[in-house]
Amino acid sequence: MTAPSTQTAKPATGIPALLKTAFINALIALVLFSLMVGIRTEAGSDGQLTYWTRFGELASLVAVVFGGSIVIDLLRQWIGPTGADKLVPPSVQSGMSFVGRYLAPALLIFTLLVPVIFYNQRYILDLAILVLTYVMLGWGLNVVVGLAGLLDLGYVAFYAVGAYSYGLLATNFGWSFWVCLPLAGILAAFWGVLLGFPVLRLRGDYLAIVTLAFGEIIRLVIINWQELTGGPNGVSGIPRPSFFGIPLDNSDDGLAAKLGIEYSSTHRIVFLFYLILALALLTNWVTIRLRRLPIGRAWEALREDEVACRALGINTTTTKLTAFATGAMFGGFAGAFFATRQGFISPESFTFQESALVLAIVVLGGMGSQLGVALAALAMIGGFELFRSLETYRMLVFGMAMVLIMIWRPRGLIGHRAPTVYLTKAQAISSDLVKEGHG
Amino acid sequence: MSGDTILNVERLTMRFGGIVAVQDLSFAAERKKITALIGPNGAGKTTVFNCITGFYKPSGGAIRLSHDDGRTIALEKLNDFRIAKQAKVARTFQNIRLFPGMTALENLMVAQHNALMRASGLTFLGLIGAPGYRDAEKRAIDLATDWLRRVNLLDRADDAAGNFAYGDQRRLEIARAMCTEPALLCLDEPAAGLNARESAALSELLLSIRKELGTSILLIEHDMSVVMEISDHIVVMDHGVKIAQGSPQEVRDDPKVIAAYLGTDEDEAAAVMESGS
Repeated sequence: MTAPSTQTAKPATGIPALLKTAFINALIALVLFSLMVGIRTEAGSDGQLTYWTRFGELASLVAVVFGGSIVIDLLRQWIGPTGADKLVPPSVQSGMSFVGRYLAPALLIFTLLVPVIFYNQRYILDLAILVLTYVMLGWGLNVVVGLAGLLDLGYVAFYAVGAYSYGLLATNFGWSFWVCLPLAGILAAFWGVLLGFPVLRLRGDYLAIVTLAFGEIIRLVIINWQELTGGPNGVSGIPRPSFFGIPLDNSDDGLAAKLGIEYSSTHRIVFLFYLILALALLTNWVTIRLRRLPIGRAWEALREDEVACRALGINTTTTKLTAFATGAMFGGFAGAFFATRQGFISPESFTFQESALVLAIVVLGGMGSQLGVALAALAMIGGFELFRSLETYRMLVFGMAMVLIMIWRPRGLIGHRAPTVYLTKAQAISSDLVKEGHG
Repeated sequence: MSGDTILNVERLTMRFGGIVAVQDLSFAAERKKITALIGPNGAGKTTVFNCITGFYKPSGGAIRLSHDDGRTIALEKLNDFRIAKQAKVARTFQNIRLFPGMTALENLMVAQHNALMRASGLTFLGLIGAPGYRDAEKRAIDLATDWLRRVNLLDRADDAAGNFAYGDQRRLEIARAMCTEPALLCLDEPAAGLNARESAALSELLLSIRKELGTSILLIEHDMSVVMEISDHIVVMDHGVKIAQGSPQEVRDDPKVIAAYLGTDEDEAAAVMESGS
């Protein structure tokens, strides 16, 4: 249906042209839907083919396409030609930068207050923890995909490494969360480097496929290495985090007893909330710092032009590896947090779906933008919960919402790049100029 | 050639499958001089450049770079980024390769990556904000500012490089290469696509680089007005072999060069060469 409308470089005006476009679209719809909707086939009781026609539905669909085509064309003429300048006029841009300046601090303050505001609403607190976990994962992957421009479809592998590192170290050796957390990060980073070495010679689609495969390999190893990981049964009885050694439970040694307040299971949830918030903010802080250091600039330069980087004496292999390892490390931290929150981990939590979701968050947020990733995580995870009442149509509505957002803002929610250093004035760089990287 | 050569190319050969792009090419570039590599399209000039700057591994021959301090580096044994990092050879590209989504200043900061990496203690000192790194960064910004001033782009320091006009992009790319503080600067057709005024400004810039900083320059160029004006020594290639070399005057009068450029019609060729002077 897009074929006839793409030729409107000069938008068709006048009613005949409008009707002609609508008629062509309706014709295409008729051809497409006559088989998909018009004829319904099913296996009969004896296995023979039975079919019946549904011309009523077919006619109504074609009519909808005909009418919709006219409406869209009229809307298009009303909005005018879709040029980049016209879509974002300077006044809107300056307004957006004004909002942008205060949005991040406002969001942060609101996030800090979430456990206070929603103290008695366990559901919202759990959802907030989930959103923050994905914010952290998004920020971690943003280093790899958004800054260095390396398309990584297997990010969940490092999430899994982190989760299993903590789960196994804590259940087998009884090590505390605070010892295991850095270890989980280091182990994930180590795996990042190990996987990165053979992979990073590849570019673009090839890199994406191989990282996808590595994500699956890690999951399959976890499933099959029964003695170590428990296979499909997972690891259970993972210790809950303690408040620096003081357990958050109902015992006499618990934090509640020590503080002399009445125990409530919400304490642990609130603690988990602030824990993941701290981890996410640490990720954010480190990433923002790294961007302004030579290594971060080299990542972005690599995304812009790898050949030029080599000509300037930048070791592209180690630069890519550091990006991979840094992203993996944050994934490992998030994994350790996931394990301690759930108390139980199994390979089912680390499927490709998770990688795809985190990648979608980064792309939707606007590659490389920290605020954009946070907003996208909120929209994706929160939005998905919001549509829960729609039941069967949840995925459909959610998918359509994503398509609409990508049409509205093809370069993500935050579509500009902030320079890392400036002489007189930091000007936002339009994302039309910023490259996406070739792997 | 006199003793003080910075770059010595000996019997350089480059084959792509059955095609011999460069055959037994030998030439030398003198220190603190401008050497031009010219020749018709397809003569193999860019291939020579790619061999010198490590983007191709030569099939045969030797490329020797001698530094001021007497060190001699075999460039054909180093690969890609090490030539820029260790041998201090910087280059620009025929089709400009800036970082379009980064500002002019950022482009010049990326060029100082290796020095800044050392100063930032491989990132760790920089991450905690060590004063040593902050000083180094300030010096790097000063160097970048200095180069932006030299190429007359200081007022556009904070604009995205991708928004620059063609001529400005060319000059910014040269500034970026110079920010690596190279011993040898290799320019691949720096005047391509420039108008007469911009070409003149480019010639001035290159002469000032040579005079004030003593950087040796090797350039490929089609614009004869630039080549004849600024070169100290010219090497002419055709079909992968060297056909002539010498001062601009010698090369201009060489019948082989004229023939290579415009078939055998020497009168016509001579007219073109004259127009360039």
